[in-house]
Order: sequence, then structure tokens, then C-alpha cells
Amino acid sequence: MSTTLYYTLSVLCVFSIIWGIKLMNSPKSAIRGNLLGAVSLLITVILTLYKNLVLDNSLLWFGIILGGILGYFLALKVTMLKMPQMIALLNGLGGGASGLVAIMILTENQSTVDLFSRGAAALTMLVGWTTFSGSLIAAAKLAQKLSQKPVRLKRHSLILAISSVFICIIILALLIKSSGSLLILTLLMLLASLFWGIIFTIRVGGADMPITISLLNSLSGLAGAITGFAIYDPLLISVGGIVGAAGLILTQVMCKAMNRSLLSVLTGKTTVPSASAPAPEKACSFNQEVTYEGEIIINKEDEATRIIRIIEEARSVVIVPGYGMALAQAQYQVKELYERLMEKGKDVKFAIHPVAGRMPGHMNVLLAEVDIPYDKLYELEAINDEFSNTDLVIVVGANDVINPAANTAEGTPIYGMPVLNVERAKNLIIFNRDTNPGYSGVPNTIYQLQKVILKLGDAKETISAILLLN
Amino acid sequence: MKILLLIIIFAVTTFIGYKVIKDVPSLLHTPLMSGMNALSGITILGALISTATAVKTDNKILGVVAIVFAMINIIGGFCVTDRMLRMFKTQLEVKTK
Repeated sequence: MSTTLYYTLSVLCVFSIIWGIKLMNSPKSAIRGNLLGAVSLLITVILTLYKNLVLDNSLLWFGIILGGILGYFLALKVTMLKMPQMIALLNGLGGGASGLVAIMILTENQSTVDLFSRGAAALTMLVGWTTFSGSLIAAAKLAQKLSQKPVRLKRHSLILAISSVFICIIILALLIKSSGSLLILTLLMLLASLFWGIIFTIRVGGADMPITISLLNSLSGLAGAITGFAIYDPLLISVGGIVGAAGLILTQVMCKAMNRSLLSVLTGKTTVPSASAPAPEKACSFNQEVTYEGEIIINKEDEATRIIRIIEEARSVVIVPGYGMALAQAQYQVKELYERLMEKGKDVKFAIHPVAGRMPGHMNVLLAEVDIPYDKLYELEAINDEFSNTDLVIVVGANDVINPAANTAEGTPIYGMPVLNVERAKNLIIFNRDTNPGYSGVPNTIYQLQKVILKLGDAKETISAILLLN
Repeated sequence: MKILLLIIIFAVTTFIGYKVIKDVPSLLHTPLMSGMNALSGITILGALISTATAVKTDNKILGVVAIVFAMINIIGGFCVTDRMLRMFKTQLEVKTK
């Protein structure tokens, strides 16, 4: 194949990949966009095999087919519930693949590899293997095989600083050393990078996961792009760059929606409630109404009739799902509630906070899975002004994202974070596990409002109980 | 010169990608992320070239592992994205289902 033809086709592939992303603008065209991306990517594979005259190399095809089959079955088997950890795992494999290529570049015959390539490969080692170990830790945290709480080692920052310096020294050594000790240096680099990824992600808390997986996503793209520099492959560089940019945008969006800086997430700074937060007062007021089982005992009949009345009277209803819904697997009950309300001729909408859940867009996927139409799902900016005209807000497992303290309590960690202003609605029913402060550590004053009906416990059961009433 | 050109390519595609991706609504952020994730498997190109040119046997083995990893990333990523996207329905489609 002529070089001109190869480059023309490469440019076409990159453009069709970008076009595919553009189609991701709406759910309708996104399926085609995804397919276009997949096909373009496979064409780049064939193109690369063809250009390097290795189209008939059976070893390569063995890897391609084996990986393809494994990937296909993994994707087929995974449930939506396990999607966050699946994505983290796949991401880790991408990083690992880049890391493996870097090892090969560093340990192959050095005469063909120039200084620039070696430098790029050393960087790929760092980014690729950090992505690999970081993603595996993130996947384990998402699967709840590891504690959701940030794990902090003694002198965590010091360990991080020392390992960073150590990594810099190895990179320098890789650049100046000749072939002799390269294998050992590469191995050291591998271990140090793996360690670095673990140290970084282990102290990120569960609720910061949307930010972390977005960042790891960005890094896996970056690892690919740097690999591209190491082997002078423009195709690899451009597509890697696109993925890097995508992850970066998501990271930004998540950080903004959580009112957190990337640095504070990575350093595992959990937000600590400040002195101004009215914590003790809240605890008292609830002890009167709530037993240890979390069951509301006073005026049981009254409450039931009140709930029926509120629901009957409401014309507009907004449902606010949070991570608690995912945790309790209550989306099926939410769907039932939604259908019941629709049958009664009410105007039902869903309000989705950008960081509700454990990955960007988590709630949307869960609700789509139970066939809730996506034109009923509203983003924060689109619905926030409507709450004052809403008769009833139903909260399912959301806490920090509806905490009015974000608007009022200056000095608390969530002050300034965009929240759903649900307290402006006429009535609220809240299905939460308990009234403890959310991940931010700031007590939620909304529970004390007169117009709020609290149903504490497992959202699956509490919603089912409400469904029986109506 | 060649290096400079590559850096320019990197900058330009990153910029274009940034612009295009910014328009994706948060409704589709999970599929976007998993789609991008699949794209990061593009590193398979590096794995293919390095494996084809590798002389040492242990490097060839590493290369095949890299290809398998990247392929799982690509096919797995695109398939789960497709599965998720197919779940998104409008009110009309839900009713007629």
C-alpha cells in the first residue's frame, strides 16, 4: 500500500471516530455512533497490519481473536448493577496493554530504539501501569470488595513523595543507561508504577469514584497516546488524545458538580463537618420519632392517610434518585411508583444530579434499564427552577445532592456545590436508609422540615409499602 | 521535525475531541465513558507492531498478552456501550413496546 493511501485512510478513520462521538449527542443516534467508532477502530487494526506487512501473522490473529471472544462474553454476561466495576476493569486492561507495549520497547534490541522513543516508553510505563493498578483498585472498591472508605496509610503523603522521586530516578536511569541493566530497571519501573497507582486510588472514597474513574479513563487514553509517540504512530497518538480529552471533560464535570478540586479527591481529603453544622440538634429531634429499627411509630394511621392525600392531591411530581436507589436495587419499585403515578394522570419527572451514583450518568443508565423513558429524565439545570411549582418531590436514596446547606451554610464542605432545590416543593416524601449525614459529613437539615415525610429503611421495602397504600 | 509533527497531531486531535465531547449530554455520560474506554484499546496498534517486530520470545508472549488485553478492552467496551444505549427509550417507545 502506498504511504499516501495509508495516511489518507488513517485520517478518514480518525474523522469517522470523531463523527461517531458527535453522534453520541442524542440517545437515538448514539447507537450508530458507537458502531461507527467500533468499525473505524477495527479498520485501523487491519490498516496497521497491512501497512506493516504482517496481515498473515497468525500469532497476532490468535491474540486478536482470543481477546475479542473474551471481551464479547464479558460484555454479554455483565449485569447493569456491575457496570461501574466492569468499566473500571476494562479501563485497567487498556492501561495494562499500553504498559506491556512499553516493556517490549524498552527491553527489545536497543539499537533500533532512539532516545525519544525510550523516554516515551518510560512515561508509558508510568501512566499505563498506574492506570492498570489504579483501575483494579477502583473496580474492587466499586464491587465493594474493598472498603468504600478512604484507606490511609501511615505517612501516606511521604510514601507518595518518596515513590515519585524514585520513579523519576528510574526514568532518568532508563534514558541514560545502555542495554546492560535495562531489564532490571524496567522491572523496577513496573513495580513502582503499580505501587503508585495503588497508593493513589486506595485513599479515594466511594463517593468520589465518579471523579476517579473519569480520571483513570483519561489516563488510559493518555497512555495510548504516549505509546504512539514511542513508536511514531500518528493514528495511535490521535485516538489516544481524543480519549484523554474525553476523560478530562468528565473529570471536570464531576469535580464541578461535587464542589471538589481534583487535588482534594486524590489526596483523599474527606470533607469534615464544620463546627457550624447543627449536628446534635438534629439527632435529638429524630430520636423521638424513630425506633432502632428505623420504623416510624407515631401516628401510623395518620401518616398513611397523609401520604395518600398528598399523592392524590399532587398534580406535578418530581422523583429524585440517588446512590441509595442503586444500592437497594430499588429502581424496579421506583418504576412501579412512576407507572402508578402516571396512571393517575400526574405529571411525573425525574431530576438527576450529575454526581448521583458511582460513575458519571449512573442514574440515567439504571432508570433506562427499567424502561423509564429518557425524555422524563431532567438534568439539574433543566429542572431546578421548577421545584417551587412542584406539588410533590419523592427522594429515593439521595442525601448530599439535596442538602440545602449547600446554598446556605457557609463554611461547610458542600457550600457552593450545585444541589437540587427540592425543599422548595410543596411536599416531600424521602425514602432513605437513615438520617445520618451523607458522604460530605454535613447533616441534612431538610429532614426537619414539617412538609417532609421520612420513610427510613430499605428503599425497596418502604416504597413497596407505599405502593400498597395506593 | 517528525516529533514536532506528532505533537501537533496530538494537540489538534485532543482539541477537536474536547470540542465534540463537550456537547454530549450528561444523560449519556456513562455510555460516553465506556465508549471512550473502548477507544483507549487503540493501543492495540502499538501491541501489534511491537509483537510483529519483536525478536525475543518472551517479548512475543508479552505482546500477545497485550493484544488480548487491548482486544478485551475494545470488544468488551463497545458491546457494553451498545447494550446500555439500547436501553434508552422515549415515552412513545416504552408505550409501544
